[in-house]
Amino acid sequence: MSVRVVLPAHLRNLSGADGEVVLEVEGAVSVRTVLDALEARYPMLLGTLRDHVTKQRRPFVRFFACEEDFSMEPPDVALPEAVASGKEPLLVVGAIAGGRRRSNSLGVSSQ
Amino acid sequence: MSSVRVLVGTHKGAFVLSSDGKREKWDVSGPHFGGWELYHVKGSPADPNRLYASQSTGWFGQLIQRSNDGGQTWEPVGNQFTYDGVPGAHQWYDGTPHPWEFKRVWHLEPSATDPDVVWAGVEDAALFRTDDGGKTWGELSGLRKHGSGPQWAPGAGGMCLHTIIVDPSDPQRIYIAISAAGAFRTVDGGATWQAINKGLRSAHIPDPDAEVGHCVHRIAMHPSRPQVLFMQKHWDVMRTDNAGDSWHEVSGNLPTDFGFAIDVHAHEPETVYVVPIKSDHLHYPPDGQLRVYRSKSGGNEWEALTEGLPQKDCYVNVLRNAMAVDKLDACGVYFGTTGGQVYGSSNAGDTWAPIVENLPSVLSVEVQTLA
Repeated sequence: MSVRVVLPAHLRNLSGADGEVVLEVEGAVSVRTVLDALEARYPMLLGTLRDHVTKQRRPFVRFFACEEDFSMEPPDVALPEAVASGKEPLLVVGAIAGGRRRSNSLGVSSQ
Repeated sequence: MSSVRVLVGTHKGAFVLSSDGKREKWDVSGPHFGGWELYHVKGSPADPNRLYASQSTGWFGQLIQRSNDGGQTWEPVGNQFTYDGVPGAHQWYDGTPHPWEFKRVWHLEPSATDPDVVWAGVEDAALFRTDDGGKTWGELSGLRKHGSGPQWAPGAGGMCLHTIIVDPSDPQRIYIAISAAGAFRTVDGGATWQAINKGLRSAHIPDPDAEVGHCVHRIAMHPSRPQVLFMQKHWDVMRTDNAGDSWHEVSGNLPTDFGFAIDVHAHEPETVYVVPIKSDHLHYPPDGQLRVYRSKSGGNEWEALTEGLPQKDCYVNVLRNAMAVDKLDACGVYFGTTGGQVYGSSNAGDTWAPIVENLPSVLSVEVQTLA
């Protein structure tokens, strides 16, 4: 399956991907299998979207497709057929609140 | 002719400032990694073209970048910082247990002899090391397993290991500092550690002279005297003459002994620089005047250095990693501010001039003296 992925600007710069990424995904198309293929193609993205070990999504990363939010779904949930067929892209989005670090529960952000 | 390269980490990218030995005209390169937080950029003493940079954002976590050509080009290397075993819990701000979680790399300390060896100080506090140029990182977990970890707590910036000093005469001896735990020393390359906080007094912990819990902001050492360390604590400027076995206060006549940055003159081991900051709730200089203070007597007697620095309406901060010295004669001193200025002095602090004035908020400043 050829799956289209749109990365946020920071990760396009980091990976060197120019525009949309088209990935060949074997078997079921889910967030997990798409990220597996993405990280295999661009190993510098390891750790930027999900934890190296637990594979848990980073808190400020969201996954949208076909006007739906798949961020909270289990990573093995099948993505829509339109994504699996390449008709629609999987959008990797940096949450709107993520630009400035929140270092602690007090909201203190200075060093 | 010698030249200098100033490596600046900011909240929105890294900048490389270059000049010849006169240090009058500067070339500014950057931003590198625009939009990312660069907590630290530092060069290898063994190969000055080898640079390491700690790059992170709240969105996408931690990256380590490496340059082999003095910062012209970069490549991402390994970014997996996994604690050794189950890391356990430290104290949260309210004193309750809180699980250890990796957040970012605060400090990268390249080895003096091997460009592929680097120590990394991270938040939540731990020490890592790479032996392969940053491809893989392993924790020196003896520090975190020192036994006092449950009493460590985050300072306002998080629970960060922000200072790593390797004794140039004995690389098995390493000093580190953690906010808010204190200073620690190993004499076996990092296998075992000793808290070295005797003499520190901190009002923010129940027992002011406890073994750990002190908010040490920065430690500096002159390479010719690895037994002598200078410390800017949350409050108090401190000194040890016995490798940390005991400390005594040398704040002397400073207008305030709160601050973050501290460093030592490259050629005069008793000449020390600090930037006094009014208080821990204000985080700006006293009286709106940006003043570096210099002691030529190893502390206690301090003089204000003001020429070329703003002396009215200045309310910036100078963070703990944002001061450094070059090794030229006369010694150059540099610091960056949260207002985006990087100031330099080519005469050991007598006079100052801005190198750049409108960068993003400066997190770190390091200097390379190039042949």
